[in-house]
Amino acid sequence: MILSRFFDNRNILGLSFMLPAAALLLIFLTYPLGLGTWLGFTDAKIGRGGDWIGLDNFEFLIGDSVARLSLFNTLFYTVVASVLKFILGLYLALLLNRHLPFKSFIRAIVLLPFIVPTALSAIAFWWIYDSQFSVVSWTLTKMGFIDRYIDFLGEPWLARLSVIAANIWRGVPFVAISLLAGLQTIPPSLYEAASIDGATPWQQFWNVTLPMLTPIIAVVMTFSVLFTFTDFQLIYVLTRGGPLNATHLMATLSFQRGIPGGALGEGAALATLMVPFLLAAILFSYFGLQRRAWQQGAADK
Amino acid sequence: MSDKPDTTGMEYLQSLPRRWVTVYAPLGVFLFVLLFPFYWMVMTSFKSNEELVSRAANPFWIVHPTLAHFEKLLFHTEYPQWLWNTILISVVSTFISLFAAVLAAYAIERLRFKGARQVGLSIFFAYLVPPSILFIPLALIVFKLGLFDTTWALILTYPTFLIPFCTWLLMGYFRTIPFELEECALIDGATRWQILVKIMLPLAVPGLISAGIFAFTLSWNEFIYALTFISSSENKTVPVGVITELVEGDVYHWGSLMAGALLGSLPVAILYSFFVEYYVSGMTGAVKE
Amino acid sequence: MAVVTLSAVRKSFGSTEVVHGVDVSIADGEFCVLVGPSGCGKSTLLRMIAGLEEISGGEVRIGSRVVNNVAPKERDIAMVFQNYALYPHMTVYDNMAFSLKLAGVAAKELRARVDEAAQILGLTEYFQRYPRQLSGGQRQRVAMGRAIVRKPQVFLFDEPLSNLDAKLRVSMRTEIKALHQRLKTTSVYVTHDQIEAMTMADRIVVMNGGRVEQIGSPLELYDNPANLFVAGFIGSPAMNFLPGKVNGDGIGIGSNINLPNQARNEIEQGRDVLIGVRPEHLAVSDDGVPAEVVIVEPTGADTQIFCKLAGKDVTAVVRERHAFHPGEAVRLKPELTYLFDPASGARIA
Repeated sequence: MILSRFFDNRNILGLSFMLPAAALLLIFLTYPLGLGTWLGFTDAKIGRGGDWIGLDNFEFLIGDSVARLSLFNTLFYTVVASVLKFILGLYLALLLNRHLPFKSFIRAIVLLPFIVPTALSAIAFWWIYDSQFSVVSWTLTKMGFIDRYIDFLGEPWLARLSVIAANIWRGVPFVAISLLAGLQTIPPSLYEAASIDGATPWQQFWNVTLPMLTPIIAVVMTFSVLFTFTDFQLIYVLTRGGPLNATHLMATLSFQRGIPGGALGEGAALATLMVPFLLAAILFSYFGLQRRAWQQGAADK
Repeated sequence: MSDKPDTTGMEYLQSLPRRWVTVYAPLGVFLFVLLFPFYWMVMTSFKSNEELVSRAANPFWIVHPTLAHFEKLLFHTEYPQWLWNTILISVVSTFISLFAAVLAAYAIERLRFKGARQVGLSIFFAYLVPPSILFIPLALIVFKLGLFDTTWALILTYPTFLIPFCTWLLMGYFRTIPFELEECALIDGATRWQILVKIMLPLAVPGLISAGIFAFTLSWNEFIYALTFISSSENKTVPVGVITELVEGDVYHWGSLMAGALLGSLPVAILYSFFVEYYVSGMTGAVKE
Repeated sequence: MAVVTLSAVRKSFGSTEVVHGVDVSIADGEFCVLVGPSGCGKSTLLRMIAGLEEISGGEVRIGSRVVNNVAPKERDIAMVFQNYALYPHMTVYDNMAFSLKLAGVAAKELRARVDEAAQILGLTEYFQRYPRQLSGGQRQRVAMGRAIVRKPQVFLFDEPLSNLDAKLRVSMRTEIKALHQRLKTTSVYVTHDQIEAMTMADRIVVMNGGRVEQIGSPLELYDNPANLFVAGFIGSPAMNFLPGKVNGDGIGIGSNINLPNQARNEIEQGRDVLIGVRPEHLAVSDDGVPAEVVIVEPTGADTQIFCKLAGKDVTAVVRERHAFHPGEAVRLKPELTYLFDPASGARIA
């Protein structure tokens, strides 16, 4: 009797309901987060524990040209891929918002690259980018545009662009479908009113679509930036960070130093260094496009 | 409500040729680019090795389709074991995560215990912590717990990114269920647990399906933990196995690689094709907060 | 200032035709109301005039110009939507100025026109507010203000008062009517509420199932309905209909009750008819036909009596107060009746 009343108390019940989730998250997320930060200050290696070495790892990394290159690569990769994903995703969303036959079928197809495991679709790109058997090279040669097969993943800048292209391929569906959902919440009568007021399609996009879409854009792009910045799978499969470390992101370098390299402390330090940039990117994209005053409260019915 | 039965809107003002140029053609290009890698995957899986390496032949067609790659994949590699591992891990971690997420979402959204808002927010932030930051310390923890190189390592660590997402999604679903239903049940004498099981869960079934499918896909998709925590071949998951074991030295067995990629994508793709609406609503529901 | 002409206008969605050949001529400066039940095609018709829907057949003219394939912004019309369609991210001022800004109107004239419209509608102090900060009635006024500043040839209203509560609806009705008297712009107004139609219109177009049932001034429709539908639609409470047979000088409606045959023309004996009498034309009188009171509803201004007459439900509205009890016997005398053909619905007398 008393026990059941005890459990019917909202606070006790609430906390006990939270137990499974809280337990798992505290053990496998919060604790590792702290541990990882601490590891960055040690010289831990695989197989033996680490001693406190203060900022040595960080000093080393700042001086390390490969680490600095990975920072550049990560920023370049994230910025270029995110901007292109946004533009192409928005364009695709606008196309999908029109009256189309088989719309749900088309929408289902569009989402496919996002659903399929990244590592596996990366293999397809690996083959498409192959320096000897690439179908792209084959087609371009047959059409007479080039006479030598393109070394997509062998030349540093070409490799950077190739992985960005693969990332965009994977990410556009997410952006497009999410923005499409946002577009569908805009009442058609707003467009009708704008049209009667004399707005051309471009003016309607600028004055009605974009302002109303801004909150959703903020959320979607925040996620997109987050996932792109911390990407691991795509780079690992396609290039392992090469050629000449040209495509090493901080995540892949962190892995390479830490696991095959065995320098856990150094790898952890590199991972920790990602955090401030990550926070900056999140804050920028979320608050930069934050909800305006007119969004709060009841929407126009 | 106005009496519009349907509306085709102002599309009539734009001529058909114009629409082809501005809408249908670009859409076609998008679809082609998005689908081409899959087409390529399928082509390569069924093409014999000779055809694969020949530069003269048209790569877009297969002259003599073969099942040799699939045969090699299924009978001469550990692939079936990887498939089993991946299914097991995905299903179990999905269940664990859904269980924890349902309770957590109900607690935050309905029980509204002290500090619920803050807990909800911290769950949201938990989702933002990427695996590529956590994998090194987690590797240490997994090792210390004696779980290194076992499927349990993944089953216990996957919920760290599954639970936040599912909780968030389910919070949104619970929010749409009218509070009056619960008040009615409370007046009728039901306990909180009964309310959860008999009222909330049945009404939140679409949300559960969405969350479950998404969790399954995210588990299947996971790579860095599986790469770091598992070393022996028979314990690997499909993505890791295909990437690491189908390359012998310098020789890339492209046919088997593609076959492996294709088969590895099929379960998720099939699940997806049956539940497309749930995927979309799961994704957009999460984005709409 | 223009004339709006619809000639044999049709609309189909796919293979379903929803508007079947409508002919309407709206005169310059007229306030024309399209009224009818849900699904009758009135909104579709309005949207075709606006250019928001494709015209499947027939012609729409504004002035002397055929506008079938002319874009909405070229038709020189302005529309007030049912859900106001105000731009939520713009202030009241910007909402009203938007169309003028797009048209490149000079700043001074823009300001003047917006001010003038705001003055008329009492919106001047709300210029810096956002739509979400306004009440329903205020939003509706902003929507009208947005239409007024454009000084179009035709105003189109798509059930603008449907989202307002009852009291507000009554006051906005008068405001719109006053606005029309002041601006004298040709207006086409869609509603499902026949009271709005009766109080606001110069002429009413009654629609049903995609067809025009009757066109006329409010009193014309009230006094001379062309068919069953118009008779039952116009007037509240609705007209009473009783099936009967022509029987000598009266109409037999069963139970040996005869209502007077007030037809001005000859109708053959024994013909089946529907006799229609408005509640306000039923008087409590000793030389009436017997009926039984079911419910009495006094509204203060009049008394509504629900009765059973020859086994049928009948409503009477009388000015005097009566202390009837349910079950009491009463005698009702019809002062004005109409006769309709049961099969076609057309009015015979």
